[in-house]
Amino acid sequence: MGNSSRFVFSALCFGFAFLYIPILVLIAFSFNESAITSVWGGFSLRWYTALFNNEQIIEATLLSLKIAATSATFATILGTMAGLALTQMGRYRGRLIFTGLIAAPLVMPEVITGLSLLLMFVSLQELIGWPLSRGAGTITIAHITFSMAYVAVVVQSRLSSMDQSLQEAAMDLGGRPMQVAFDITLPLIAPSMLSGWLLAFTLSLDDLVIASFTSGAGASTLPMVIFSKIKLGVTPDINALATLIIGTVSIGILLASWIMFRQNKRNKVG
Amino acid sequence: MTGYKRALTKTYHQPLGDKLWRNFVIGIPYFWLLLFFLAPFAIVFKISFASPIVAQPPFTPLFDFSSNASQWLLATWDNYRFLTEDNLYWVSYFKSIKIAAISTLICLLIGYPMAYGIARATPTTRNILLMLVILPFWTSFLLRVYAWMGLLGKNGIVNSLLMNVGLIDSPLQMLYTDMAVYLGIVYTYIPFMILPLYATLEKMDLSLHDAAADLGAKPWQTFIDVTLPLSIPGIVAGSLLVFIPAIGEYVIPALLGGIDSLMIGRTLYDEFFVNRDWPLASAVATILLIIVVIPIMLFQRSQQEQE
Repeated sequence: MGNSSRFVFSALCFGFAFLYIPILVLIAFSFNESAITSVWGGFSLRWYTALFNNEQIIEATLLSLKIAATSATFATILGTMAGLALTQMGRYRGRLIFTGLIAAPLVMPEVITGLSLLLMFVSLQELIGWPLSRGAGTITIAHITFSMAYVAVVVQSRLSSMDQSLQEAAMDLGGRPMQVAFDITLPLIAPSMLSGWLLAFTLSLDDLVIASFTSGAGASTLPMVIFSKIKLGVTPDINALATLIIGTVSIGILLASWIMFRQNKRNKVG
Repeated sequence: MTGYKRALTKTYHQPLGDKLWRNFVIGIPYFWLLLFFLAPFAIVFKISFASPIVAQPPFTPLFDFSSNASQWLLATWDNYRFLTEDNLYWVSYFKSIKIAAISTLICLLIGYPMAYGIARATPTTRNILLMLVILPFWTSFLLRVYAWMGLLGKNGIVNSLLMNVGLIDSPLQMLYTDMAVYLGIVYTYIPFMILPLYATLEKMDLSLHDAAADLGAKPWQTFIDVTLPLSIPGIVAGSLLVFIPAIGEYVIPALLGGIDSLMIGRTLYDEFFVNRDWPLASAVATILLIIVVIPIMLFQRSQQEQE
């Protein structure tokens, strides 16, 4: 190994240790019998039992899952349309503003997005009486808005790297644009729509700041409940919850990428 | 332009159905983003000129057209005047920009060699390493910040380790400091730096490196003269993806920073939720928006160049 590759190798080791040690420590201590978080008191599942008996957390989890599934679905529909509009529709008036509206939500500080959406909802309520109250509905709209931009980027990168010849052939054979979109384009980009959906789902499940702004008095999502508990310090039952969430997401992602990997391989062979 | 695109973009002699489809696909997401992303900024701007009152909603209207009103325009500069007079806000803005800039630099210094290593690995290793970078990006941001609370606390794992080894006698104050905020930002944002860097490094034409080596360049010379300049698009995209959201970060300073860790996102959040001063929070947001608008335009440009 030369000097430079030794440097790159140690950078990789250091980087991945930095990324993973905190998570692994957190997971290990969720099985700690002791309530003091730095002292190992033996293996135990007591914090998991405590978690499943905590009604507030269960309720918040169900609400968050509902919001995440709904917002991810709408975000995928709108984000796919936006991806098509950015890659397949050529020039039109306002296209530059459109690209800005897709890029900006990716980096916009959350406090700005959250505050501005809340003030929008309040103003709309004064003007037209909708939305009647703030809660799951307004959080869902907020989540659709920022996650559709992520879906659009994922779908757009697939569309612009894709071979256009199938679509051209379909048009030459007299297919109408809408028909071609549903029969050719959408099936071709279905995997990236699925990754877009998963991304939107996890983004929604994870969001604290925007949900806090756009929620009303009644609705508390899971991140809101977690945040109110951990503001005061480390609690072992949140370690257990974190382990469950991180475990579920990791298994899901690994499974999804394994399926995609196999499909890619099969496509190459076939 | 391909035939398919031409057929779609031809607006004359187009059957009505095709035109409707085109307007539908462009119009619906466009309208949604105009209504729920762009228009709200105008409302923030408007309310930043209102005065706070105890009512629902807690701010005054800007216009009063009733006949007995002495003047119809009720807008006030008070919120902005207050922002300029109170040092707290200036300190918050500057400190946020400083923390975001330094964190971005640290992310770049750690992320660049990692992205380089991943891009130069064999295809199988590359996929595994890439997966390892993406995985934390998918898992909960909030919980990854929380993981550091368990490590850095007074009774945390790092302190008890150091005390057991005998390096220190009493626990160090690590949690609730600026250092913890830097650590938290670098930790949570570093995948955003690595991924665009990887994308440009992976696409790079390696024959340029061979040419440089053939002409007698040392590896570090090749890096400085060839690799680094060619990877500037990735550096720009990654840095903006870290820098812009980090300026307005709320969760990390709230959980890992001390009470005096004044980042503007936290100031805005407290102004809104603790003091319930919506107009002042709107003024804070308006100035923050002005600060980030140019970096966001740069980001949009770097995104378009990648298309």
